[in-house]
Amino acid sequence: MLRLSLPISTRLSPSPREKQDDASPGGLPYAHSSPLAGKPRLPSLLLPGLMPRHVAVIMDGNARWALRRGLPPSAGHEAGVRSLRHLLHLCSHWGIPVLTVFAFSSDNWYRPKAEVDFLMSLFERVIRTELDNFARDGVKICVIGDSSKLPSSLQKAIAYAEESTIRNSRVQLIVAISYSGKYDIVQSCRSIAQKVKDGVLQVEDIDEKLVEQELETSCSKYPYPDLLIRTSGELRVSNFLLWQLAYAELFFAQALWPDFGEAELVEALVSYQQRHRRYGTRSS
Amino acid sequence: MEKQSSTRVLLFSSLRDFMRRSIFCILMAGPIPNHIAFIMDGNRRFAKKRHMVVGDGHKAGFESLITILNYCYQLGVKYVTVYAFSIENFKRKPEEVQQLMDLMVDKIDELLEGSFLSKYGIRLYFIGNLGLLGERVRLAAEKAMKATAGNSRAVLLICVAYTSYDEIVHAVEESCREKLNCTEQITESFNSPTENGHCLDEYGGKKLTQKENGYMSHSLEEFRESHSCEIEEATSLVCNGGTERSGDARLILRTSDITEDREKCPVIKLVDIERHMYMAVAPDPDILIRSSGETRLSNFLLWQTTFSPLSSPAVLWPEIGLWQLAWAVLGYQRNYSYIQKKRKQA
Repeated sequence: MLRLSLPISTRLSPSPREKQDDASPGGLPYAHSSPLAGKPRLPSLLLPGLMPRHVAVIMDGNARWALRRGLPPSAGHEAGVRSLRHLLHLCSHWGIPVLTVFAFSSDNWYRPKAEVDFLMSLFERVIRTELDNFARDGVKICVIGDSSKLPSSLQKAIAYAEESTIRNSRVQLIVAISYSGKYDIVQSCRSIAQKVKDGVLQVEDIDEKLVEQELETSCSKYPYPDLLIRTSGELRVSNFLLWQLAYAELFFAQALWPDFGEAELVEALVSYQQRHRRYGTRSS
Repeated sequence: MEKQSSTRVLLFSSLRDFMRRSIFCILMAGPIPNHIAFIMDGNRRFAKKRHMVVGDGHKAGFESLITILNYCYQLGVKYVTVYAFSIENFKRKPEEVQQLMDLMVDKIDELLEGSFLSKYGIRLYFIGNLGLLGERVRLAAEKAMKATAGNSRAVLLICVAYTSYDEIVHAVEESCREKLNCTEQITESFNSPTENGHCLDEYGGKKLTQKENGYMSHSLEEFRESHSCEIEEATSLVCNGGTERSGDARLILRTSDITEDREKCPVIKLVDIERHMYMAVAPDPDILIRSSGETRLSNFLLWQTTFSPLSSPAVLWPEIGLWQLAWAVLGYQRNYSYIQKKRKQA
């Protein structure tokens, strides 16, 4: 049978949690109405020893989710934040030490101003209000991207959040805002060029390790994602973590981002654990 | 009996040709991708499946490549890029690496002697760090590139001894080298000895003038062209005995301006890095197809496939056919307007 790409989540209908606010995402019972309550256990389908160390997510589909419900895009983005909170909670308790999310691409500046302004204020609000949750879940936040374009109040909120969570160690949340993979490499190149100009380095010293060290993801212990998940069925990388994705397993989920819950994450992780990663060599 | 059998074969062949032409007609109703890239994965698994030796799996892979190339060029695709051998593949067993190198040389010779390249007017490029290849392979590759340099109807880019990391590092090195050279040129021309104290009388001239009393005179156009710097036009200053040149398009810079230029010339931009990529000879791929069902990029065209739709049919490379190609092209056509918009924004 012809398959366009493997594997794709077959979930097309809205998540049950849209209709049952008190139930947890994916339909599993929780003691409290909040999906963040309790400590979610690792499903038996997943092997603890084969969990990815770094999961990256392109959170695509918020606007489409809102459109399908006759809501403005802002409602889609708010729903997307709930998905992110839940994903972060799961990563924190399932032993995934690094989660990177593509919140705002450098191309997204071309969106309507009202939507961009809303997103900037949403980011600021979420960062400020989630600090207690970050402390509880041991989340260390790190924001990557061209911060010069961000409103100064958001820049300050980011700086404060990074400073106040720097000692947290359970899971690192890397949020890419105003980011592009190509921009990351260009800024790495500029840093290297400055060092060459200053005589700290010779041109002949430039190698892969040097480029990697200057990338923005060098803030992480595991800078290279093992698994990239993109929601909403789109089959492309869209300028996200270009260098870092060289050997990442790609998983394309059909679900729109606000519908991406525990079941979808389990499906992605099961797929990941079944794959053979060879890095260009041979397995035998 | 034999007559019946040959009639059936002819009928089947005619039916197959008819179906192929029909598929082409359907695809050609929409936009055809200009550039398709392939990760040719699965040769060894194919050999194992058919109880063959690994080398025969790679030979079957080559036959499959020719078939796919035929389809692509008949469809109107101009550029095809294939991932033949990664730098990481050098870590495989030496015997397998040697087999692949020998196969590459044999197939290059076969292509040059045959009619396939001239049939479609294909220009060959071997993309990668060719210095890592053995001399025999490298010479064969250079010979093939030289022999097909005059072709222009279609292009086949064969990535060998290639990884995106190596390509990007090379581009970064060249960009840094270019910046360093520019900075040194500015310094050199500023520090060169004064001749007779006069500005060269060259309106829009080709040479930079010498320093005179802390000033340099340039043809504005030439300076901008050679240094790609953004500099403000200074007010015209004294030159040649103090006479102000009016109505002259020369740019007279003060010493301090030179220092400033040196500091900010040139800032490395995205286009500088792109210019130094091995793959700068071709536009970005419109589709990336990886056979064998694996969904990862494996250090292939990371820079160039940022907006390319990805397709990963489950078939092994020697089994890939028109169906898989057609499916990928249909996927491209479905997303065409969105991708074009994103490319323009980028």
